[in-house]
Amino acid sequence: MINLTTLQSLAPHALLLLAPEVLLAAMAMLVLTFGVFRPKSMRSVYRITALTLILAIIALLLPLRLPLGDFTLFNGAIIMDDFARYMKCLILVAALAAIFMARDYLERTQLQRFEYPVLILLATLGMCLMVSAGDLISMYLALELQGLCLYVLAAFKRDSLRSSEAGLKYFVLGALSSGILLFGCSLLYGFAGSTGFEDLAGAAGTMPENLGLLFGLVFVLAGLAFKCSAVPFHMWTPDVYEGAPTPVTAFLAGAAKLAAVALIVRFLADGFLPAATQWQQIIIALAVASMVLGAFAAIGQKNIKRLMAYSAIGHIGYMLAALVTATFEGVAGILLYLALYLTMNIGIFSAVLMMQKQDSQVENISEFAGLHERNPLLAFMLAILLFSLAGVPPLAGFFAKFYVFLAVVEAGLYPLAIIGVLASVVAAFYYLRIVKIMYFDAPAEPIQQTSGFGLKFLLVVAGVINLAFFAYPAALLIPSQLGAASLIAP
Amino acid sequence: MILEAVAFYFFAGVCVTSALAVIIARNPVRSVLFLILSFCSAAALFILLGAEFLGLILIVVYVGAVAVLFLFVVMMLDIDFTELRSGLLNYLPVGALVGFILLIELILVFLITLTPGTTTPKAPSPPLHTTPNTNAIGEILYTDYFFLFQIAGVILLVAMIGAIVLTLRPPVQRKGLPPAEQIARSPSDSVETRDLVSRRGA
Repeated sequence: MINLTTLQSLAPHALLLLAPEVLLAAMAMLVLTFGVFRPKSMRSVYRITALTLILAIIALLLPLRLPLGDFTLFNGAIIMDDFARYMKCLILVAALAAIFMARDYLERTQLQRFEYPVLILLATLGMCLMVSAGDLISMYLALELQGLCLYVLAAFKRDSLRSSEAGLKYFVLGALSSGILLFGCSLLYGFAGSTGFEDLAGAAGTMPENLGLLFGLVFVLAGLAFKCSAVPFHMWTPDVYEGAPTPVTAFLAGAAKLAAVALIVRFLADGFLPAATQWQQIIIALAVASMVLGAFAAIGQKNIKRLMAYSAIGHIGYMLAALVTATFEGVAGILLYLALYLTMNIGIFSAVLMMQKQDSQVENISEFAGLHERNPLLAFMLAILLFSLAGVPPLAGFFAKFYVFLAVVEAGLYPLAIIGVLASVVAAFYYLRIVKIMYFDAPAEPIQQTSGFGLKFLLVVAGVINLAFFAYPAALLIPSQLGAASLIAP
Repeated sequence: MILEAVAFYFFAGVCVTSALAVIIARNPVRSVLFLILSFCSAAALFILLGAEFLGLILIVVYVGAVAVLFLFVVMMLDIDFTELRSGLLNYLPVGALVGFILLIELILVFLITLTPGTTTPKAPSPPLHTTPNTNAIGEILYTDYFFLFQIAGVILLVAMIGAIVLTLRPPVQRKGLPPAEQIARSPSDSVETRDLVSRRGA
């Protein structure tokens, strides 16, 4: 690993490595200034933001052509490896989708303000830093940066009671979890004598049973579990998902979840792999509780956004189950799962945004009745995505679960695999129930479909990826294995 | 040495007495002023210890910003402090318990440092007499921690944007009098005639 330290040695090629982040930060400030001086030209603000995100993806992928390898910058505060590149690519795509989804929705709901793209850009910056955090301080700062943006975004519809409640709840619980996380960080620093993940791994290797280190680890894991809404730290999720404006919910369910899971993986794989036996029990408990609660609590839900919240909790459980293995296969499975879960999320939230009734969004599942007669394409794509979430065979969701459970079984954790499969069978019930309502129930009030091209494009692309993944799985399998290899050697 | 000890006991005494005065003083404005005195003497204690950066920060941040904000709040808002103080006897046992636990913890820490063979505090690096600690902090803050420093700046920017997004309302568009409403008013809406008894008022 090549270490580039301090400002003196920050040669241009090192800054090139940080190009996506620098671009995001600079453009966020530019868009902010532009928005203040030209408040009327909202369309161009959105165009600039989308262009920035695309440029950031290009800047991220450009160095791939050079044999760069892994870098650490700023005394190990930032790690640039294949894992970080893979996750950043997904996060930037998720942010781009959040911009596309928001444009028409915010116009319709009179929320058109230039701060939305600015906050999305800054949140994306925070998430990009989260996945390449290499020490406790940069981890905490990145978490706070994205967290603060998300609290504000959740309360963006400030005249709505629901949205304000979501923002407040998210803020209070997020601050609490940050406090717990910081307490854990201080213990880790106190006992390991360093904040870098690499040094933590060294300390964990020499004294894996040290009580102080374990206490620190437990507190940090509790804080991180809050951020990715694993049971028993999931309480905020349904309320925030329901209350936040739908494009923000899509962003929370997509990019924010991705970054949080990636951070847990990075923290445990980079910092505590030598003490794996110590944290595996914690992750097993989180995984089992999340899978079971995600499967059962979603059954009674009537609102599609609440249902997606419980579904997200369940999916986090499957990913954590793969993390328990602490093997290369497990991490590769998580990375593949994250990519495919992101496509399903984008697709489903685009579909939800497309459905309208008079002036309000359709969010009640019972109102989907007869959707298939009025909007066959919408209903078909939504059904594909729901089947994929349920993990029905030739669709992408099946492969995501397949690789995760394969890793779990190979690690010899049979009870965990059995619980996981049973939970996903139960979860299939509520996904299929929506399909049944769309296709077989008598039509309720007609649903209008919004005419925006962006949403239809996102929905169709997401549907096609989920349908056609089995034809060419290597497109995602190889990058996910490359990413996993940079954390745990195969 | 003697001078240092005298200065320590003086500032420590002022610090504790003014902290007590903060909760005893009847006038809230005096409470805040005593708080400022307490902060200042704590800052003097820091400077005696050789941590001049911490001492100055205490004055700049706590006295300059936080305490002044308290003063504003105390003077601007109409808070009934006698009512706030009314539950003193109810809360006293809990407060005393918390204070007692803190005291025991302090004694334990003190005893542990007295017993030989336990950890000794590390000497500051670089040594205090070669580099003043404001310099030392500045040197690592803008080199090793340069990146983290910038990110902290971005977080503050987000906090500012967030506060504006959630609270700023666009100014009310109409500032003049609407002519149509003015013309539509009739005398019966706005004028009331009453019989007034002499020397009694309305």
